[in-house]
Amino acid sequence: MLVLKRLAAVAAAITPILAGCGAALAGVGQPSPWQMGFQQSVTPVMDNVVWFHDFLLWLITAITLFVLILLVIVAVRFNSRANPTPSRTTHHTLLEVAWTVIPVVILTAIAIPSFKLLFLQTTIPPADLTVKATGKQWYWSYTYPDSKFEFDSVMLQDKDRKPDQPRLLAVDNEMVVPVNKVVRVQVIGAEVIHAFAVPSFGIKIDAVPGRLNETWFKATREGVYYGQCSELCGKDHAYMPIAVRVVNDKEFASWLDQAKKRFAGNEAPRATTLAAAK
Amino acid sequence: MATTAHGAHGDHAHDDHAHHTPTGWRRFVYSTNHKDIGTMYLVFAMVGGLIGGFMSIAMRMELQFPGLQIFHDSHQFNVFTTAHGLIMIFFMVMPALIGGFGNWIVPLMIGAPDMAFPRMNNISFWLLPASFTLLLISAFVEGEPGAPGVGAGWTIYAPLSSIGHPGPAVDFAILSLHIAGASSILGAINFITTIFNMRAPGMTLHKMPLFVWSQLVTVFLLLLSLPVLAGAITMLLTDRNFGTTFFTADGGGDPILFQHLFWFFGHPEVYILIVPGFGIVSQVVSTFSRKPVFGYLGMAYAMVAIGGIGFVVWAHHMYTVGMSTGAQAYFIAATMVIAVPTGVKIFSWIATMWGGSIEFKTPMLWAVGLIFLFTVGGVTGVVLANAGVDRVLQDTYYVVAHFHYVLSLGAVFAVFAGWYYWFPKITGYMYNETIGKLHFWLTFVGVNIVFFPQHFLGLAGMPRRVADYPDAFAGWNYVSSIGAYVSAAGLGVFIFGMILAFVRKEKAADNPWGAGATTLEWTLPSPPPFHQFNVLPRIK
Repeated sequence: MLVLKRLAAVAAAITPILAGCGAALAGVGQPSPWQMGFQQSVTPVMDNVVWFHDFLLWLITAITLFVLILLVIVAVRFNSRANPTPSRTTHHTLLEVAWTVIPVVILTAIAIPSFKLLFLQTTIPPADLTVKATGKQWYWSYTYPDSKFEFDSVMLQDKDRKPDQPRLLAVDNEMVVPVNKVVRVQVIGAEVIHAFAVPSFGIKIDAVPGRLNETWFKATREGVYYGQCSELCGKDHAYMPIAVRVVNDKEFASWLDQAKKRFAGNEAPRATTLAAAK
Repeated sequence: MATTAHGAHGDHAHDDHAHHTPTGWRRFVYSTNHKDIGTMYLVFAMVGGLIGGFMSIAMRMELQFPGLQIFHDSHQFNVFTTAHGLIMIFFMVMPALIGGFGNWIVPLMIGAPDMAFPRMNNISFWLLPASFTLLLISAFVEGEPGAPGVGAGWTIYAPLSSIGHPGPAVDFAILSLHIAGASSILGAINFITTIFNMRAPGMTLHKMPLFVWSQLVTVFLLLLSLPVLAGAITMLLTDRNFGTTFFTADGGGDPILFQHLFWFFGHPEVYILIVPGFGIVSQVVSTFSRKPVFGYLGMAYAMVAIGGIGFVVWAHHMYTVGMSTGAQAYFIAATMVIAVPTGVKIFSWIATMWGGSIEFKTPMLWAVGLIFLFTVGGVTGVVLANAGVDRVLQDTYYVVAHFHYVLSLGAVFAVFAGWYYWFPKITGYMYNETIGKLHFWLTFVGVNIVFFPQHFLGLAGMPRRVADYPDAFAGWNYVSSIGAYVSAAGLGVFIFGMILAFVRKEKAADNPWGAGATTLEWTLPSPPPFHQFNVLPRIK
């Protein structure tokens, strides 16, 4: 029983930390040291994910504590010293009905907001901009079909990285999008499956060869938001980050002009800097 | 369930009457004896567990700091994650829980002299070393261009496992899985036949101990899911070698088809790993509470329900592949339904203890530890069941934490609960209680330090299956690695305790656990005779 008391102390210490501190430590667009929760949300979808996850966290913490308390009570009251003669009870219909029905009610309460969130994620509103992301071994290519250019986005090596750029996340050419606009991201894989993910946006969608997947985001805050390939794709899976720069309309227009010139004629991918990726 | 035996004693006096007892290597290589085969399975599982465990320590050493330290490239790390997963599933947990405890205990519990097909039992076991050998060979032949081994994860998703791995390593892994699968299917047929046909007179299905129920459910899952895996990996094999395009979009195939087939096997597989553990926990909790299991029928049919529903939820592993909204909604709903029978089991275990007279011996510690940690892993499973949140957590360390809580801290705790519970019966020796408890506490603390912080890493966005990570993830990774060393120390204590038990040879009683242990195996001597129940026991 001492056993379970100690266990109770550990769990009691951990749970409020888990519930409370996550958001306070979170960085913007990238993880922070000792972070315990989600990265800070900058899209309506991620706002909903955060809300729904917090709701679930309270619920599962309560359930876990409930089970823990029952175990502690059992250990204290019904150990062989405290209770030398065991009862022979093996049935209690009301109790058995209760622990079947109450979980059903709880799960229904979870399912309703869950479906709402699902529909929000999968219903793509009319897009202001479409960007196609192609996952390749081991970098991303971004195509802006309306402006007819394409460029590769390769992870920066340590020697090319500025001090404020995070290791394994910063890239040479970021995907650039305007703030407060609905961006539709079309995602496909070139040879194997990759996954396009930006935690702050609450999006993750597999880049599957031969299949054009879609997702969307509306970033409400300027900045650079990082993600990493999220489907094992071979040896350099850890070295093909995603970096999205969210800028205001003016900056976006001038970037678009520049990019059209700079990446002109890049219909097919360059014979790239694959060597540089390692 | 609770049974009393008549005539179980005394029948071993003339057990060598008609059979000679083989000795030396013949006793094991040619063995048709369920107990010897069970012992070989247990030894095999220990070897598998040590190799798989060594790999996890190597991975945690690599991940202790950002950058690459232990492995010279990420492919090698991926080979370790792949092999760790496959070994722990196919060569540790399954041989221990089904081949080992299943073989040893099921015939004893149902009052049968042996398994229904003793020779098939032999081949079921001996296919496994062959399979394991093929998997180990795969680590030394080319996988990805210029690099040895399969680095495609235990899920071996096409096309990374086809065009992404041109070398023959994946072919070896596929053949290894085929043989392991054949072994399990033969074993499953054997268990089904044994349990349906060889129960002692009077033992109806509804009087069968819950451990036997758990094995019955498990082997049905094996029988129905493994052929699907066999089909999928055969298609992968022909894609790789004979120019078919089942999983290649260029030829009209679909990589997602592989995932559907894989997870149609893979999801039942995770229940194959834990359901026998449910059975062990039920026996252990009932024994040490000195009370019959609460809600016996509900417990039995909860396992049947978990097994059944387990076949219709597979695509919750695939929320990010681009499934339709409707399909995702279905898989959310179906997956959450599993929480209901699982809750029934958790609460019934607690109700079994409630009013009991509990002795916290080592097996009971592991069982109670499992109940709590499986609850933690279970509730994060409910979180992940919701596609909306899973979209952010998919393929992050949150998933790694979740499945290690239910498997590493669920299935493995069940293995140890069963090990300490039946060790006196199987070996005839008593283990040292203090060392057993030290083993439990080191492991309990260790694995929690390993896996609890991984929830934080996952929420913060750290992808799984990476050898190197952005520097911000360094803190919790360091903590997690420290936990791995604590768990490894626990494993050291375990090995020491076992050696000590065999050196001291303290004789175990036929029933060392007292009045709570009511199943038939405790009516036999420890260890049981080479052949038992020459006169079948009658169950009241």
